[in-house]
Amino acid sequence: MIFTLLVAVLLSLFLLFVTIPVASLFLRIAPEAFIRSLTEPVVLDALSLSLVTATISTVIVVIFGTPLALANARYDYPGRDIVDTLTDLPIVLPPAVAGIALLMAFGRRGVVGQYLDLFGIHIAFTTVAVILAQVFVASPFYIRQAKASFEAVDRLYEDAARTLGASPWTVAFRVTIPLAWGGLISGAILSFARALGEFGATIMFAGNYQGRTQTMPLAIYTTMQGDLDAAISLAIILVVISFAVIATVKVVTRRKF
Amino acid sequence: MFSIHATRQLRDFALDVAFSVEQGETLVLIGENGAGKSTVLNLISGILAPDRGELILGERTLFSSEKGINIPTERRNIGHLFQSYALFPHMTVAENVAFGLRCRKISKPEIAASVAEHLGAMRLAELADVNVGRLSGGQRQRVALARALVLEPELLLLDEPLAAVDMRAKSAMRKELRVQIANAGIPCIVVTHTLQDVRELADRICLIEGGRIAADGAPEEVLGMQENGFIASFVEG
Repeated sequence: MIFTLLVAVLLSLFLLFVTIPVASLFLRIAPEAFIRSLTEPVVLDALSLSLVTATISTVIVVIFGTPLALANARYDYPGRDIVDTLTDLPIVLPPAVAGIALLMAFGRRGVVGQYLDLFGIHIAFTTVAVILAQVFVASPFYIRQAKASFEAVDRLYEDAARTLGASPWTVAFRVTIPLAWGGLISGAILSFARALGEFGATIMFAGNYQGRTQTMPLAIYTTMQGDLDAAISLAIILVVISFAVIATVKVVTRRKF
Repeated sequence: MFSIHATRQLRDFALDVAFSVEQGETLVLIGENGAGKSTVLNLISGILAPDRGELILGERTLFSSEKGINIPTERRNIGHLFQSYALFPHMTVAENVAFGLRCRKISKPEIAASVAEHLGAMRLAELADVNVGRLSGGQRQRVALARALVLEPELLLLDEPLAAVDMRAKSAMRKELRVQIANAGIPCIVVTHTLQDVRELADRICLIEGGRIAADGAPEEVLGMQENGFIASFVEG
């Protein structure tokens, strides 16, 4: 009895702790002010830049991450554990560290950047840098989920497909990937959400230029000092997207087979 | 005509088997669980490779450690039915049967015609668009068989073909299977645990014990080896 009561109290306190701040966003702004903010250039620029860059970085993560996840789920090769650890690293790495690391690699005088500079290619403080920062921090979310989904596909289906004449390519595209589909989609959505929320690495490596590198989180940080309505409006949009992400992942990961 | 001589080190013992199967002949493999029966089928279809040995199907050498030949599974043209049937759960009955044809350079109308013909022959025509998750054990068995036979394989491997079929349907399914195998007219290797399967399907029996062939001969001959512990309990039921 006392135990149940204790759990109930702890649970309510925690739920309030999570929901009150989110609800406060909605309580602190009038609907008209919210609508008005949506027409402001700083908000629109950030919104479109965020959606475009997060979409591109998710596509890049999927293109590179899918074969990597499949290989690591199916083949044992020397150094596989090292590859696994390295792909997971960005999850635990503080974004500020990712930011300065990317700058040291791709900045104008960076390890790679100094050679790109010879060809007149500058990455740091451009939209490309925004995308690179997002790919760096978001990739593990997709790769981990994709690897787990591939591991969950029974090898028997792949063996059966091969006895029926399917090449390794056909097996991957007609059997393994379709059977892992739900997990791949939810991994891509999580990766997209992480890319959308990326702040630390972006502001250090890409800077904070409206229309070019100022994504939504950066715009919230910037407008908060002057136009609080714009900051709250952007925050509300991100909250709505976050809810949509969670809901979509829940629906997609419901097992069909 | 198919012949195999293969060795492979397994976890507990070394598998070392040699036998051949004539055109139109059905060889049944019996033996304790874990004796290596399913492994033999995997070695033949190419899912596993022998450490040493040679596999010859008709005119083709599928595997030869001496000559360095190892034809990949997808080019062996061997029908392999797994114990659980391994029907693709994300496809309908017709899509499962069409899968192998789609892997080959065959036109869509030809695929459709061939699939329809085999579904009809297996009494599956009405289930063509049903997802395989909704089939009974017997229906799954027929889909798996149709999926393999539609490719006109040169050898048929059946791993416990009736294990997942309901008791009541088993006897009829077994007779039907006998007819399907006979119609295919190719060598066939069946792994089973049940005496009825042996009596109905076997032209010849191989008894596998600890990875080796302990007996190879006509059914009445092998089943008559009452001094063998496995055979004695097998025939007793």
